[in-house]
Amino acid sequence: MNERENIFKRIREALKAPAHSLAGGLPTVAEQRGVMPAVSSEHEAQMALFHANSAELRAHIVLVADMRDLETKMAALRDEEGWKKVAAHVGDLSITTAQSLGLPVLITHPGFDKEELATCDAGITECDALVAQTGSVLVTSRSAGGRALSCLPPHHVIIARREQLVADLPTAFEQLVQKYGGNYPSMISFITGPSRTGDIERILVLGAHGPKHLTIFMV
Amino acid sequence: MYPKVGISLVTIFEKLGHQVVIADAPACCGQPAFNSGYWDEARLVAVKVLEHLKDAEVIVIPSGSCGAMLKVFYQELFTGTEHEAAAAELASKVHEFSSFLVNQLGVTDLGAEFPHTVTFHDGCHGLRELGNKLPPRQLLANVRGLELVEMDAAETCCGFGGTFSAKFPAISTAMAEVKCASALDTKTEYIVSCDSSCLMQIQGLASRQGQPLKTIHLAEILARA
Amino acid sequence: MTSPASQFTTDAGRVAPDLRHRGIIQAAMGKYETVRDQRKKWFQDWEGARNLAARTKFEAVNHLDRYLEEFVSKLEARGTKVHWASTSAQAREIIFSILREKDAKVVVKSKAMTSEEIHLNAAMAEAGYEVVESDLGEFIVQLREEAPYHLVFPAMHLTRGDIKETFEDKLHITSSDNPEDLTMVARRVLREKYLQADVGITGANFAVAETGMISITENEGNARLTAALPKTMITLVGIEKVLPRITDLALFLPMLAVMGTGQALTCYNTMYGGPRQADEADGPEEFHVVLLDNHRTSLLADAEQRDALGCIRCGACLNVCPIFKNIGGHTYSTTYGGPIGSVITPHLRGLTQWKHLSDASSLCGACTETCPVKIDLHHHLLQNRRNGAKLKPSLFQKTAFKLFAPVANVRVLWSLTTQLSRIGMKVRGLVNGSIIDPAHAWTKTRELPPIAPQSFREWWKERQ
Repeated sequence: MNERENIFKRIREALKAPAHSLAGGLPTVAEQRGVMPAVSSEHEAQMALFHANSAELRAHIVLVADMRDLETKMAALRDEEGWKKVAAHVGDLSITTAQSLGLPVLITHPGFDKEELATCDAGITECDALVAQTGSVLVTSRSAGGRALSCLPPHHVIIARREQLVADLPTAFEQLVQKYGGNYPSMISFITGPSRTGDIERILVLGAHGPKHLTIFMV
Repeated sequence: MYPKVGISLVTIFEKLGHQVVIADAPACCGQPAFNSGYWDEARLVAVKVLEHLKDAEVIVIPSGSCGAMLKVFYQELFTGTEHEAAAAELASKVHEFSSFLVNQLGVTDLGAEFPHTVTFHDGCHGLRELGNKLPPRQLLANVRGLELVEMDAAETCCGFGGTFSAKFPAISTAMAEVKCASALDTKTEYIVSCDSSCLMQIQGLASRQGQPLKTIHLAEILARA
Repeated sequence: MTSPASQFTTDAGRVAPDLRHRGIIQAAMGKYETVRDQRKKWFQDWEGARNLAARTKFEAVNHLDRYLEEFVSKLEARGTKVHWASTSAQAREIIFSILREKDAKVVVKSKAMTSEEIHLNAAMAEAGYEVVESDLGEFIVQLREEAPYHLVFPAMHLTRGDIKETFEDKLHITSSDNPEDLTMVARRVLREKYLQADVGITGANFAVAETGMISITENEGNARLTAALPKTMITLVGIEKVLPRITDLALFLPMLAVMGTGQALTCYNTMYGGPRQADEADGPEEFHVVLLDNHRTSLLADAEQRDALGCIRCGACLNVCPIFKNIGGHTYSTTYGGPIGSVITPHLRGLTQWKHLSDASSLCGACTETCPVKIDLHHHLLQNRRNGAKLKPSLFQKTAFKLFAPVANVRVLWSLTTQLSRIGMKVRGLVNGSIIDPAHAWTKTRELPPIAPQSFREWWKERQ
C-alpha cells in the first residue's frame, strides 16, 4: 500500500468516531458579509474608503483623467525617483505607459532574465481588481505579468481603472471564480500595501523583501 | 481560611430577608483532583455533593472557581455516567453569589459603605466559565464612598490555578508579580475579587514583597453597613 | 538525558523570574493587543465571525477525506506533483529526492512551521545543502542557531541590539541598531540568495479543495519571491489545512491577520495552483506539494479534541497566555508553543513525555476566549491531564486524592483535620519559607494566610 492509501485509511478510520456536533454547516456569502467590516454600496463611498485604507497602508493613489495625464504623472514619478530602467508586461495600459517614459523597458515575456528584472527601478503592472474594504490590489500571474514583476523591483506601480474597484473581499473572490471559471492563473495575490515587516521589536519597516513603494494610478 | 466570606454572605442574605441553610455537603467540590486529572477520585467527592444538594432550591457559592466546578465541570465529569442528569439538574440551580444577587434577585444596592479606593480582579473561572463580568462591578458601583479604578490586567490570571501554584511555583509567582504590578499602577488601597483563592495568591505575594496592597472579598465589602 | 518534563521545569524556573525577558515580551505584546482590539471592532460582529470560522473548519475537518481528495485531484490536474508523507522521515526523504533530482545546491525557504516540525533545516544542512530562511525573523533565529520563539514572531525575544550583534558575529556586517537598517541588511543578503537558489520551499496557511490551491499569508514578500524565482517549488503542508471553498478565504484571510498581527489583512495573501502555465511569464517549472500526516490522524481520531485540527496557527492563544508570556517560547521545546502546542504536542509526540505542558497551566481560559476558530483549548488541557493520569498515574497523587475524599466527605474528619492544621501551621510557621518548610513550594515566594481561629462552620454552629 502506498502512503496516500495509508493516510486515507487512517482518516476514514478516525472519522468513524462521531464528532461533537456543531450546527450550521458551511456559511453563505451573505453570512460572511453580515459579520465582516461593513462597506457602503455607493461607488463614491467605496472610493473614499479605498483612499483611506491606502493612506493607512502607505500606498499612494494617483488619480488620472486619461492616458495623456497618466503618462505625464508617471513621468513625474520617474523624475522624482530618478528611474533608469523599468519593467512592464504586455497589457493595454502598462506597456504603452512604460514605453512613454523614454527609458529602457524590460518586458516580462516568458523566459525573461530575472537578474535583469532585479536591476529595474520599478515594475509596472495592471491588476484584476481593487478592494475598498481592505485597500488591496488583486493581481494574478496573468493580469500582472507573472509572479516576480509585482514583487522584485523596489517600486510596484499599478495602473487600474476606476471601475475595477469592488466593495469587499467576498466580491473579489466571487469575481475571480466568474472570471477564470476553473482556468485559474497559477498565482493569485492580494497585495495590501508595500512590503513590510515588524520582526524587529514590532517596529514597522517598509520594503522588507518586496517593494518599498506601492503606487496605484487610477484611470 | 476565610470564614469572613461565609459570614458576610449570611449577613447579606438575612438582610435581604432570605432564609439561609448551610448544606451539610462535603467540605470540597473535588476540583483539585479533577484538575489534576484524577477524575475517578474527584467523583468520590462530587457524588456526595450531588447527593447533598439535590433537594436545595438554589445553591449560592461565593467563589467563581467552585461555582464553575459545580455548574460547568461536573457536567463534563459525569458525562456518560448514571449521574449525568443529576449533574445537569444541579448546574441549573447553582449561582455564583454576585451574579445571583444581580441577575436572579435584581439587587445591585445593598446599602453598604466602604470609603476606600479599590481595583477589581476578575477570577478566571467566574469570568470565562460563568461569564460573570458585570455583576461584581454593578454591586461595587453602589457602595457608598467606594471608588473603583480598573487595572489594565484585570482579566489576567493571578497565577493561582490550584495545584498549579505548587507544581510550578516559579511560573505561578511570575504571574502574581504581573498582577500585583498592574494593581499597584492604579494606586488603590484594595484588590477586590469574588474568589478567596485568587486573593490568597495575590496577598501572599504582596505581603512577601512588602507591597502596599490589601485584598478583600466582594462579599465582605457588601456586608459592611 | 533529562526528560522533557524536568527540562521544562528547569527552563521555566530560569526564565519566569527574568525581568529583562518579561519586559521585552510585555512591550511586544502590548503593541499587538492594542491593534488587535481595534481590528476586532472593525468587524461588524467579531463573535459571529468566530462562529462562522468554527463552522467552516468543523465541516472541513469532519469531511477531511472528501476535501483532501478534491484538493489533490484539482492540483494534479494543473500539473502539480503531489506527495504523501505519513511521518517526518518520509517527508524529509521526499524533499531530498527532489533536491537530488534537481541537483540543487542552494535552497531558499519561506516560513513554514511544518518544516520545523520535521526538522528539515538541520537535515538539509547535514546533507550539505545551503539552506537560507528568508522571513526576517526566521533568518535571524537561523543565524543564531535557535528555534523560532513564536509561531508568528520568530525573533520576538530579541532586541535590536541583540540582532545587530548577531549580524556582526555571523554575517560580519556592521550596521546601526536601527530596525530599518537591520532589515535592509537582511534584504541585501537575501536578494542574492533568491537569485541563486535552485529550489524554494514554502509552507501553506490554507489548502483550498474547490480550486486545488495553497494559500500563503505573509507581509515581507519573501514567500512571493520564493515562489517566483527558483525553478522548483516545494510546499510542505499538513493534511488538516484544507478549506472547502475559495470564498472561505474571504473570511479567513482577514481573521488570520487580525489575530496574528493586528492587521486588517497582511501585505501578501497569495494562492498558488500549479507551476508556471504555458502563457505565463515566469514561475517554477515544477511545483511539488508534500502532504504531511505525522500523527495528525491520531488527533483526528480523538473526537473530543478533533477541533484542535482547525488551528490556523495565528498565534493568538500564545499572545494572551500568561504562561507563555512568562516562560517564553523556547521553554516549551516543541515546534508549536503556547496553549495550542500544549494541546497538540501530546498527540504528535506522545502523551507520557509531553503531558507536563498540560499541567503547566492555571486553566485561565484566555486562550479559548481568543481563539478565532473556537478551539476548546483549556478544556483539552484538562482532558490531556485526565488521559495522562489514566495512562500513567502518579501513585502519590492518586493515593492523596483517594485519602482526601473521605476527609472532605465526612464532617468530623474535616473538623479534625482543620484543628490539626491549626497546630501544624503554627509549627510550620517556625520554618516559614525555608527549604524544610513542608509548604516550601508556596512559601518560598509567597506568604500563607493563617488558619482562622474559628471556622465558618464553627461560627455557624455557635450561632444556631
